[in-house]
Amino acid sequence: MTAPDKLHYTRDHEWVRLEGEIATIGITDHAQEELSDVVFVELPDLGDIDVGSPVAVVESVKAASDIYTPIAGEIIEINMDLVADPAKINTDPYEGGWIFKIRVSDPTQVNNLMDASSYISSVH
Amino acid sequence: MVPFAGWEMPVVYSSIIEEHQTVRKEVGIFDISHMGQVFVSGISSTNWLNRMLGNDVDSLEVGNAHYTFLLNEEGGVIDDLILYRLGDKNYLLVVNASKIEEDLDWLQKHGEEGVEIFNDTSEWAGMAIQGRKACEAYFGASGGRTLPKRNGVDDLSLEGSRFIVCRTGYTGEDGFELFCPKSMASQWWEGFLAEGVRPCGLGSRDSLRLEMCYPLNGNDLTPERTPLEAGLGFFVALGKDEFVGGEALRQQKKEGLKKRLVAIEVTERGAPPRAGYSVLSENGEPLGNLSSGGISPCLQKGIGLAYLPVSSATIGTKLAIEIRGKKISAQVVKKPFYKK
Repeated sequence: MTAPDKLHYTRDHEWVRLEGEIATIGITDHAQEELSDVVFVELPDLGDIDVGSPVAVVESVKAASDIYTPIAGEIIEINMDLVADPAKINTDPYEGGWIFKIRVSDPTQVNNLMDASSYISSVH
Repeated sequence: MVPFAGWEMPVVYSSIIEEHQTVRKEVGIFDISHMGQVFVSGISSTNWLNRMLGNDVDSLEVGNAHYTFLLNEEGGVIDDLILYRLGDKNYLLVVNASKIEEDLDWLQKHGEEGVEIFNDTSEWAGMAIQGRKACEAYFGASGGRTLPKRNGVDDLSLEGSRFIVCRTGYTGEDGFELFCPKSMASQWWEGFLAEGVRPCGLGSRDSLRLEMCYPLNGNDLTPERTPLEAGLGFFVALGKDEFVGGEALRQQKKEGLKKRLVAIEVTERGAPPRAGYSVLSENGEPLGNLSSGGISPCLQKGIGLAYLPVSSATIGTKLAIEIRGKKISAQVVKKPFYKK
């Protein structure tokens, strides 16, 4: 599995890329390996959201997995490419497979998340 | 790996969809060591089994196997199994892992003189080799042997070690199931891999059987449902002498079925249907729940099975499946989903 250095990670295997006040969120390479064969993504609605709310569902052949937002704020964009090509989550989890973007209410929230090396050791 | 009936089972080796397509186009191997092996022998074994099981044991020739049911008095399914006739008075029952104890309790409770029941599950390993290249793989791995015909059983030995092979399966493809002493399992497994057979997990085993509408015990078959409701009346010999559950099934047939297990195909893009989801009429009236569901890798559509009232069970009936509060359109289709 890979876990790029510049991202923040949750115990639920989501990643967060913070650029200014915009956070992009997806699931990690480890998560997509565990799920395998993503066939459908239920994308979130736009709007305000609290930490820990279930916002999206990633469905593989095997099972449905809820995606929780690790950051509070306003969901401003969702990845419509996943409608036609949900398997992007498998093939490109950290770039083309992003799920949604949040305008964060407080950027210091990411300090509660793990860095890449802590995430990797939490998985092993 | 997931826990399954006391075993650690591989769900997927690489990708469920890839493993599925491997079996549909080439050949794959499944570890089925979890399945139970119960041997039945003795002077009264044939007559006794004929009273204990739904299918007609008298019509099963030595060296053949058939699909059959262990039924309760109400005609409900305790277990579905393959009965191998190894000799005139010598049988092997290959049963579901989760049902071994229940099956044995039931069989022993109904036991009688002249019948020996022996559970040898812990000594046997098993594998299912499935796909159009299964014959060649067997030839290579067994030192030049050929497979028995469809549903045929060979009870053989390799290097002095017994193995039983039956040309059957749970995928809709040509292939066979092989049982051997557990000490020989890895040698056989490696032998098949050396012939180019690819390992497949429980995930693709489930998607392959669902495309064929083969029932999964515990989901599609339960003690509350009969083989007639499941559309599997072909495997129950209602015309034979008295057998456990027979009276109830004859009665049910006379009165007519109230529910039937139907094949349902999703007709719009949406999340995969899964076991437990509600099935509604076109007008939103609840009709039942999916007993199985998933994505068909071959059809690239959501598919499922459900017991529905017969009035909603005809092919073409428009339905909806409720997925997390959303209704997606579906309809009753002809079985199986996958046709070659």
